[in-house]
Amino acid sequence: MEITLNHYLAVAAILFAIGLMGVIMRRNLIIIYMSLEIMLQAANLTFVAFSRFNGHLDGQVFVFFVITVAAAEVAVGLALIVALYRLKRTTQIQDLTSLKF
Amino acid sequence: MNAFFFWLFSGGMIIFALAVILNRNAVASALCFTFSIAFMAGLFVMLSAFFLAAVQILVTAGAVMVLFLFIIMLLDLTAMEHIPRQKIWMGCTLVLALGFLCLVAKTLAFTPPALNAPLVEQSPPPQVISIKPQVNAEGVTQNVDLSQSQIDRGDDTHRIGRLLFATRLRSGQTSYVAPFEITSLLILVATIGVIVLCKQEERPRPRSHEVIDREAPPLTPKKEPALKN
Repeated sequence: MEITLNHYLAVAAILFAIGLMGVIMRRNLIIIYMSLEIMLQAANLTFVAFSRFNGHLDGQVFVFFVITVAAAEVAVGLALIVALYRLKRTTQIQDLTSLKF
Repeated sequence: MNAFFFWLFSGGMIIFALAVILNRNAVASALCFTFSIAFMAGLFVMLSAFFLAAVQILVTAGAVMVLFLFIIMLLDLTAMEHIPRQKIWMGCTLVLALGFLCLVAKTLAFTPPALNAPLVEQSPPPQVISIKPQVNAEGVTQNVDLSQSQIDRGDDTHRIGRLLFATRLRSGQTSYVAPFEITSLLILVATIGVIVLCKQEERPRPRSHEVIDREAPPLTPKKEPALKN
């Protein structure tokens, strides 16, 4: 069986769905953050697959940028989680309801 | 052979991604995430994106996961892992994900057939010799004047570098120099932001924080539901 573009796109979609499930299902802020990363990586896989099958390299340059920005974003996000933990002593989202009214 | 590796890498990636969201232990989740990323790097190699595979391993599986593990161990999350799961909520999530997948499956039917053809090895496979500094008779390294055809034939690291830093553009080529520079600014801002966020205040905490601290639940807020089951 030959591997086509649709195979890669389907795998990326499954990975994205798993990340989506993680974001909605899990209650731990850090696991939710990891699931967000999974979704980001699924988008990366799509980019690379399209870039390969189109014969352009611009998609790979985009993935390079995405990885860079994701690394910066993870650093800031985890710093936010640490600051939140200092204030509230928890990372469970059901305990973080200050904005609810 | 190609198909075998595709199924191996994608299957491993998906199984480990599932393990990330199903594991109760946050450290195990982080390790599964690392394996998932490693398998994805394998998929990148199959798509002949060797540079990105290396970057993926180094940055995401290396740096980002070390950061995650540091934070998990710093915050000591073991006390919070015994919250029972809500079966209904999980079912809703599953239905949502399956709906999303159905949508994607419907869309995939519209992929143009020309794009969807299996990959044929493009006429010569990437030749590393095509871009190499030449050494002249006196032993001095000369920069080769690269013609465009040579750039197109180089391996993907060379070609991405050319794309990222190209200042003389062909028609229809996008310049990525400005975004690249702006990325450096973004990283600087992120660094400063992280330092500001994580800096411990030297002076005694203001009163409002203390009030919040007293109201906040103690370290193990949800022990009772676990005991009930």
